[in-house]
Amino acid sequence: MKDAVKAPEVAAEKMPDRASWPQHYNVHFEKDPDDLWDESRMIVNIGPTHPAMHGALRMVAKLNGETIEKSYCQFGYTHRAKEKLGENRTYHQFVVYTDRLNYCSALLNNVAYSMSVERLMGIELPPRALWIRMMCCELARTIDHLICIGINAVDLGAFSFFLYGFHQREEAYTLIEKLAGSRLTTSYTRVGGLMADAPDGWEKEVKTWALRTRGVIDEMDRLLTGNRIWRRRTDGVGPFDKEMCLAYSYTGPNARAAGVDIDLRRDQPYLYYKEVEFDVPIAKTGDVFGRYTVRLEEIRQSLNILIQCADKIKKGPIWSEDKRVRIPDKDVVFNTMEGMIHHFKFFMTGFQVPAGEAYTCVEGGNGEIGFYIVSKGGPTAHRMRIRGPSVYHFQGLTPMVEGELLGDMVAALGSINVIAGELDR
Amino acid sequence: MAKLISKSASERSRNAAPRREREELKMDVRTLIPSNGGDWLARFKDDWKSQVSALQKRFGADIVEVQMPPDHAVECPVIYVRPQAIVEVLRFVRSESGFEYGFLADLTAVDLMPEDPRFEVVYNLFSISKHWRIRLKVRARDGEMVPTATSVWPGANWAEREVWDMFGIKFSGHPDLRRILMDERWDGHPLRKDYPLKGYQIFPTPEPVKPELLE
Repeated sequence: MKDAVKAPEVAAEKMPDRASWPQHYNVHFEKDPDDLWDESRMIVNIGPTHPAMHGALRMVAKLNGETIEKSYCQFGYTHRAKEKLGENRTYHQFVVYTDRLNYCSALLNNVAYSMSVERLMGIELPPRALWIRMMCCELARTIDHLICIGINAVDLGAFSFFLYGFHQREEAYTLIEKLAGSRLTTSYTRVGGLMADAPDGWEKEVKTWALRTRGVIDEMDRLLTGNRIWRRRTDGVGPFDKEMCLAYSYTGPNARAAGVDIDLRRDQPYLYYKEVEFDVPIAKTGDVFGRYTVRLEEIRQSLNILIQCADKIKKGPIWSEDKRVRIPDKDVVFNTMEGMIHHFKFFMTGFQVPAGEAYTCVEGGNGEIGFYIVSKGGPTAHRMRIRGPSVYHFQGLTPMVEGELLGDMVAALGSINVIAGELDR
Repeated sequence: MAKLISKSASERSRNAAPRREREELKMDVRTLIPSNGGDWLARFKDDWKSQVSALQKRFGADIVEVQMPPDHAVECPVIYVRPQAIVEVLRFVRSESGFEYGFLADLTAVDLMPEDPRFEVVYNLFSISKHWRIRLKVRARDGEMVPTATSVWPGANWAEREVWDMFGIKFSGHPDLRRILMDERWDGHPLRKDYPLKGYQIFPTPEPVKPELLE
């Protein structure tokens, strides 16, 4: 009988203490003027095409280890000269360009633009058009917030949360498709009216969707808000307090997350926001978590508004009575000479807008969308300024992330919801 | 009704045309639209009047011109300020009680090419506590400097860079006046009225990293 094989006794190798490590373990970098390394500081170029940057944005950061010491941002890679186009296209033709501003909430831009031209012309819309526009605004706000918090969570590794929201967002796009005929670039509003009336029973569908989405939002809330990893990645990350928000012209959910009590729907009521009940959620922290909770609560408020709108909307005309902006019906265009001439003149030369200037703004998905239009009479604007909230939000990113970790910059950028289309115009 | 029918056709057409024109002329930015902030704007008439008179009292000749809503085609008061005094006025309206325009909604410019002071720099202000809006303007000739507002609102930095990029108006005292939307090698300022609508400027390489900005 053989002896059982005995394992040889090997003495556990002792770990050498740090002082006795070989010299090459301690890494040194020589100062080299051609090298971007400087005393172990490293310059990293993130973007313009990088998965962590939302759209074609670029940030150049000087890192000390993993901490951002100093950084600067650059954009303009998708600049399409929208303001110049606004001066060289008729007011009617410019509607399609507004879709491409904040493409996550195209309907909101359409409404904001049409309202600004209507103010210059002094046009009042019939109630049904206003209710539909309001529903457009809230639908767009909901999908804007859903995509923002969803993508923010994906950036930090929470994928299923994003899918819950994305499913509801797709259903909302189907509703928008029924309304406008297209999903993303809607071009739904016209100056003085809407492209088409909402189909029969559309508001009921919106209501069913809103009621279902309420449940999904609660589910999303339970899924992520208490999650310890999510809290660790967001609590106190990317802080931007009230004074900084005011100094950097922050608006919308980002400002409300820092305790700035500002909501244009309540402060300068437009459409029928006076006739619906909603709350303005405000957080005190001003960090990524605050922005997330404010957006989550705002989705709930938007769904409330949508349900109230669906109950209050009635049948009626969707075009204003104003002859200057009324697009002739196709029936008239194809069957009468006058209608054909009217149609031709409308689309070839455009309508005349009286001289004047106005800054009209609405509460957009991520802040104040404003159009400052200077008209000198005639069918094109003299100056078409688009105030996108993303410009001011992206400007605040640099002071926001200084002294933070590089990984937290991704969380902060996702939470302020910078949309490149609106940033670059 | 009977009188109307008895009128001759030529007389009716002569009367009708100017009447329609008058109706159309009435409808412009001064028309208060309830669904488009009309109620909100109508509330502030007296506040604006007292603010404008207080500003004129305080700054005197530095307030060049004032346009008020019923008299001019604007939706809120537009106050033209001398360039030298603009920072002082902005600081005043930002914090003085009775003004409280603590929020710079937008900063931009307008090119009025044939006119003599060619540019207008426009400051759209908002009061978060009182919900007023007001617009300050500074007229500037081509090549003239306008003092920067970055000392009042740091957020004016990029807006002023954009005005420099698009219009070529320089801001004196600005910390970092570079182009922002266009490439830094770009020639010309695109939103000027005399800038061509078509043309190319192609650069073979992207803008390099600038380590001097990270000092």
